[in-house]
Amino acid sequence: MSAQTEKQNPAFYALIVALVVMSVGPIALMLATSFKTNVDVYDASVPAFFFSPTIKNYETVLCNFLWYEPEHVDYCDPTFGRALVNSLIVGLISTGLTLTIGCMAAYALVRFKFMGRGAVSMTTLLMRMVPPAVLLVPVFGIWTFQYGLDQTYTGIILIYTAMNLPFVIWILQSFIVQVPIQLEEAARMDGANPFQVFFLVVLPIIQPGLAAAAIFTFRIAWNEFLLANALSGRSTRTVPVTIVNSITEYDINWGVIMATGMLLAIPPILFTFVASKQIITGMTAGAVKG
Amino acid sequence: MSVAIKANRLTPYMFLAPAGLILIFALLYPIGYMVYASFLDWSPSQRIGQAEFIGFRNYVNLWGDEAFRESFWVTIRFAAIVVTLEMILGVGLALLLDRNLKGMAVLRTVFILPMMIAPIVVGLMWRYMYHPTVGIFNRTLKSLGFEGIPWLSDSTWSFIAIVIADVWQWTPFIFILALAAMQSLPRSALEAAEIDGASEWQKILMIKLPLMMPVLIVTLLLRLIDAFKVLEVILVLTNGGPGLSTEILALRIFRTAQEFQELGEAAAMSNLLLMLLMALTIGMFLYNRVQEARVARQRAAAEKDDD
Repeated sequence: MSAQTEKQNPAFYALIVALVVMSVGPIALMLATSFKTNVDVYDASVPAFFFSPTIKNYETVLCNFLWYEPEHVDYCDPTFGRALVNSLIVGLISTGLTLTIGCMAAYALVRFKFMGRGAVSMTTLLMRMVPPAVLLVPVFGIWTFQYGLDQTYTGIILIYTAMNLPFVIWILQSFIVQVPIQLEEAARMDGANPFQVFFLVVLPIIQPGLAAAAIFTFRIAWNEFLLANALSGRSTRTVPVTIVNSITEYDINWGVIMATGMLLAIPPILFTFVASKQIITGMTAGAVKG
Repeated sequence: MSVAIKANRLTPYMFLAPAGLILIFALLYPIGYMVYASFLDWSPSQRIGQAEFIGFRNYVNLWGDEAFRESFWVTIRFAAIVVTLEMILGVGLALLLDRNLKGMAVLRTVFILPMMIAPIVVGLMWRYMYHPTVGIFNRTLKSLGFEGIPWLSDSTWSFIAIVIADVWQWTPFIFILALAAMQSLPRSALEAAEIDGASEWQKILMIKLPLMMPVLIVTLLLRLIDAFKVLEVILVLTNGGPGLSTEILALRIFRTAQEFQELGEAAAMSNLLLMLLMALTIGMFLYNRVQEARVARQRAAAEKDDD
């Protein structure tokens, strides 16, 4: 692609600005509202973006982690702090597990000829389409009555790992195909066994693919509500479950809810800015190499 | 086709074993269990062994259940409308931005933000914006002297409201895939068209879109499959209401299990939804097989002309 920038007409730039506003506007509005008091939210004379900001909402949500006691918080509700830690535990462990196990399977599917390869590949593709709502009933029944995993971290981590595996296997395959086989053969000549080849030669090369897969996996584990809601107990609830529980039908403290939403949205937003290239490559690989 | 490495006969199975075990115990087994559960009259307080086997009665009940039929049609309508809108907007946006621009990378990053945010949070954001008095839409309308719109309390508007929220979140998905496909088109074909004096529109209609068609169809099917899974945004925005106007199938499954405690019936619905998605997936797989071969031939021909 040439480095020279084409000349565009001004309407084009106006259109782009409008699109950017539509795309990030709602997020900006959420961010702004998270710094508003509830009085300001309901006061029509206070503009959406220009007002005197306050961090009270964040203090209320994070009261558990503060080293001082904000005076406007009469009762510190520890729910959110605990949920944040739970979400991190569940997200990180399930991402680690999914990646390790998933790239081993992807490697086998790409590099070895074996009986049943076609069937395994097809089953993986089909399982990628199973929605959480479909898993709700059986997973609740099995985890509760057979595995005894209800209300534990293990139960949630297990189902997130299983849900993400097909997708991760799928996108990693298209990265592994591109690893030059000569490198692997050379390592084999030097006496490395298949596991050494995999961990020492293949993994370092497919790092961008792993990064993409990690972001997608973490994002699902971090954002998922339905199964977390059915499987978690009081002490293992994740942030999405806490948020839904805190919306009552009539009386919503918008400032606090938006602050909570922002805290849940920040990690994915940061990931997107840091690794947008990997995300886009991963998306393309995962979708197009059907 | 990939190249295979020679190894012990058991090696591939050792690489596959961990994934295989997890998938069997945490996905395949639950799916089998669900099929079995769909034949039971089962409530969450019972072990599955204690539930009464009632044959196809859950399915028969669903057939006669108007609320279920309604939610089935809401789902189909929702999926068809959002996917159509997202395809048009996403591909249009990609065509618009398929040029050498400064800051293109930043733009792409900005445009993928919506799809990275938790559906629960997206639901909250839009619920706030749709709020009858404090929401930005009605506030703007009123300050311009118009009436506010009953976004979430009128059945037509609430359906429009969930469509808008979904289009906001998922158009970026189509945009990124379409843009990636466009940028990997063989330049020779486009240059040849330019030499022949083709207009911008002719290039789009005669070259870009036809060559991208296979990728676009897969994108469409993927998005369609995902549109059937949408749940959290709608749960937070409308919880299916008012009435049943936004109660999509996934939400109905959730409520049948959670509120009405009818696990057997929820399992029967899940089963139907899963079969629908499997059919779409297999269709996509077959389509892909055929198209890949066709495009490979076309590209080979295009590159040959070039030489």
